[in-house]
Amino acid sequence: MLLFSLRNLLARKGRLLLSAFAIVLGVAFLSGSLIFTDTIGKGFDNIVSGSLSDASVRLTGLDTDTMGGGNADERLVPAAVVATLAGAPRVARADGSVEGQGLFVVKSNGKLLGGTGAPTIALNYTDAPNTAGDPSVSIASGRPPEKTGEVALDRRSADLAGYTLGDTVAMVTAGSTPTLSALLVGYADFAGGGLAGATLVLFDTTTAQDLFLAGQDGFSSVGLTAAPGVSEEQLVRSVTPLLPADLEAVTGTQLADEIRTVVDTVLGFLNAFLLIFAGIALVVGSFLIINTFAILVAQRSRELALIRALGASRPQVLRSVLTEAAVVGLVGATLGLLLGVGLAALLRTVFATFGLDLTGTSLVFSARTVLASYLVGILVTMFAAYLPARRAARVPPVAAMREDPSSTEGSLRGRLIAGGGLAVVGVVLMATGLLGDGTDAAVLAGAGVFAILMAVAALSPALAVPVLTAVGWIYSRTFGEVGRLATQNSLRNLRRTAATASALMIGLALVTTISILGSSVSSSIDVAIDDQFTSDFLVSNAIGQSFSPTIAEDLAAVEGVGDIAATQRTSFTVDGSSVTATATDAAALDRVLPIHFVSGSAASTDGQIALSEDTARSLDARPGDVLVLRFAAGDVPSTVTGVYTTTYLVAGAIVPFSTVAAGQVQRADSTVFIDAAPDVDKRQLGERLDAATLDVPTVTVQNKDDYSASQRGQIDQLLYLIYALLGLAIIIAVLGIVNTLALSIIERTREVGLLRAVGLSRRQLRRMVRLEAIAIALLGAVLGISAGLLFGAVLQRALVDQGITDLTVPWARIVLFVLIAAIVGVLAAVLPARRAARLNVLQAITGR
Amino acid sequence: MPTIDARRKVAARTVALTKVYGTGPSEVRALDGVTVAIFQGEFTAVMGASGSGKSTLIHCMAALDTPTDGQIYLGDTELSPLHDKVLTQLRRDHIGFVFQSYNLVPTLTAEENILLPLAIAGRKPDPAWFDTVVDAVGLRDRLSHRPDEMSGGQQQRVACARALVGRPSIVFADEPTGNLDSIASAEILQFLRRSVREFGQTVVMVTHDPVAASYTDRVIFLADGHVVSELSSPTAGSVLTQMAALHHELVTV
Repeated sequence: MLLFSLRNLLARKGRLLLSAFAIVLGVAFLSGSLIFTDTIGKGFDNIVSGSLSDASVRLTGLDTDTMGGGNADERLVPAAVVATLAGAPRVARADGSVEGQGLFVVKSNGKLLGGTGAPTIALNYTDAPNTAGDPSVSIASGRPPEKTGEVALDRRSADLAGYTLGDTVAMVTAGSTPTLSALLVGYADFAGGGLAGATLVLFDTTTAQDLFLAGQDGFSSVGLTAAPGVSEEQLVRSVTPLLPADLEAVTGTQLADEIRTVVDTVLGFLNAFLLIFAGIALVVGSFLIINTFAILVAQRSRELALIRALGASRPQVLRSVLTEAAVVGLVGATLGLLLGVGLAALLRTVFATFGLDLTGTSLVFSARTVLASYLVGILVTMFAAYLPARRAARVPPVAAMREDPSSTEGSLRGRLIAGGGLAVVGVVLMATGLLGDGTDAAVLAGAGVFAILMAVAALSPALAVPVLTAVGWIYSRTFGEVGRLATQNSLRNLRRTAATASALMIGLALVTTISILGSSVSSSIDVAIDDQFTSDFLVSNAIGQSFSPTIAEDLAAVEGVGDIAATQRTSFTVDGSSVTATATDAAALDRVLPIHFVSGSAASTDGQIALSEDTARSLDARPGDVLVLRFAAGDVPSTVTGVYTTTYLVAGAIVPFSTVAAGQVQRADSTVFIDAAPDVDKRQLGERLDAATLDVPTVTVQNKDDYSASQRGQIDQLLYLIYALLGLAIIIAVLGIVNTLALSIIERTREVGLLRAVGLSRRQLRRMVRLEAIAIALLGAVLGISAGLLFGAVLQRALVDQGITDLTVPWARIVLFVLIAAIVGVLAAVLPARRAARLNVLQAITGR
Repeated sequence: MPTIDARRKVAARTVALTKVYGTGPSEVRALDGVTVAIFQGEFTAVMGASGSGKSTLIHCMAALDTPTDGQIYLGDTELSPLHDKVLTQLRRDHIGFVFQSYNLVPTLTAEENILLPLAIAGRKPDPAWFDTVVDAVGLRDRLSHRPDEMSGGQQQRVACARALVGRPSIVFADEPTGNLDSIASAEILQFLRRSVREFGQTVVMVTHDPVAASYTDRVIFLADGHVVSELSSPTAGSVLTQMAALHHELVTV
């Protein structure tokens, strides 16, 4: 029996390979995502292990909970502590480290280096060893920076920025000196085997202290090296009694684990994002497999009846078809795995251009990736082949005796009942999602979307009739008999036509949903900005990095500037939940960007906080309550003064600058709002503001239109990325149409020959096949876009609370999708049509 | 009714077998109370015009189709209460088939096709018996060929070998010569004749060719779903005479 299955596979390898291709693409996406995220993980591990000391002494409160907050801590480790540690028993050496935040290298062409991608790491140069005993940072050529005005860069960054030894490097900082320049004296090397695209900037210790610690003689942290024979734990135990209260010692291993946790969280999101698309590809691919196996089983029904007549039991027939599926899955998964390696390499290259450069890290090919690929590839194929296999097992043995075993079309009742049930479930889920609020509502609505997609797929044979009839009406009027024949072919086996169209339906439904959501988000933001952007100008950093407060001071002095309000984005936790807040001078902000208070008033003095409606709801706080704002350095109790309407331009809470100071967070601005003085030409003022910030490429000055455009641009970028990823599902759907048409034509060889014999020309035959393909594609488009319109509208309603208040349907784009579907149909028909036209008429009729 | 001779053992028989296709106005009674017996070690022909029910009869006897009413016995086993699983095993282990249209698996070689029923059953072939059968059908030099590399006669000989290789209790052949020319037909019929005489095989063959029927020991005539007559040790001439008489009878009734 195994022989029987394998021979069948070999005899139909072309057709099965085509359906295996769906699995190849799905598995490639899966394995590519896993390999890529594993590789990123390894890259970070290398950096971590290359830079960590045996133990570190750091400020308390800087654990994983506050690591991602983005607050630059004002506290420091006094130099005296470092001296004490260096002389302590069991300590071989103690090296104070100064880490600067918000520093960027300006390229020789005036642009920022690595703005959107990997970070810039600014450090004081020391030869402190890492856990392996090698210096974390070494100077590959040139010499280390020794005095103010000297700097060392890693080689790759220097090359990218266009600097060589002896050049003057321009930099911007978030500190009190917004711009500085220094002589490039050396190229630095990082022990971890690459920086994953990060930029390494080294200063001498005194300069670093001037730049980042306001000139105080202290350090951000201390790296400890154990004396010979002393373990990390012993080292930590022996230095802990020597430390003041706000310092703690941790082992290198623990620090590595903490960093790993943060990296893993981020990688988890990236992985989930990519795996969603792998999942979509596999769902669409399983339609292709179901269809291929269904057609092959129908064509082989006589042969299957024969082996039933010869004594094969139903389970044996089922197993033989499933064996074929398993082999197809195995081949598909193997090819997919190989393609996945290529895909991961491609992702690595793409990410390198965005700044996350892992080209120095070899791809990580873990056992988990291999296992997951084979498991998913084989199981999905077998799962998809199960229904056709069951139908194969039901072929009655007496069918072997019939001369022409017609594949009897079973009734659609079961499908209609299942589809109806699914639709009801989907509607209930979506309704629940709509009536609820928050993320749970979105998840419910999303599950409803999936259920309805499956319902439409199940009901598609019934839904197809009106659509195909309408298409047929146009066809027969436009193309005459050929059009009529094409319509009849598409109506002949509704399940098959519908299943083929379903693959395209899913892809297009998702594309339509996403484009509706995208344009709704865009227009909601437009509406919000139009409503809330009341100042004349807004100064910000394109990627949300903070910048020096002196910039706001300089801008205030520009001729024609009226009111100006600087704001700093900060974060803290309240009862364990993270809150992002805007620190500002409430009175100044009110002059340029009036905040609408629902109750209470602004937080204008020390120890006060105002909350947005959303934040007040999630914290269950009201005016008069005292909240404990927890910063890394300590707690700042604050009284809630009022609740304001949630706005797009200000974070979920407003605190005075004194709160940030009390939390020992360094002062740095994130957004500055500016109004023109009365009777000042705003266009000219804009030009003057641009000129004033020319040498600080970290900031941009935008008016309302600029700002809207840049926000829309970000959403569009995300949309294009998602379109590109959903394109995979569309490609698989096209393969499905190719496969179905090709198989149908083989099945109808005799009939095609007959049509040719009675005078249908090759051209007409090709046109007939093409029209059938377009009919299938249009069916998929109509079903998919209808479903997508519904989903888009429903999800928008469910997400109103998340700020998507406006429903916009991008009709032009949707018309474009229909056109693309028709083109897809034409392309899918090319090969099958050529094949049909090439048939030898005589052979086709005699069946020889 | 044939008399039950003590020396003739029954291989299969039917009692009041009825098969109805469709319901209401489109109802067709393909078999209407057929009672026949097939004897062991005999070559039996079932004859009748198109639509007489002869194919339906052997499909039912061969457990390929289920009767509407009546009983079928294979040896002492009654088929009607059996489920698909048991019927499948019965077909696999006790019944051989030869079809009009050969019905070989196109992707398998002649040898693999012959051994397919054993492969399905998971049984090891008996090499001596396999050689005997292959030599009897004269296919020794064709074993590695695919069906599309063989003539119709050769393909049908492969099908005959496939039917015999499992040593079934009974072989059913549905118009085995229907698609063949007279020379190839003669080869197949001689082989079936030999398998009865030399190997003691029981063979039932549906045919409408009097020459084919003349190779058998006994002919059962069917018309309109009824057994109408029977002929022992037939010749082509006696079969023709009988057919003519039946035809006359049918026309005049």
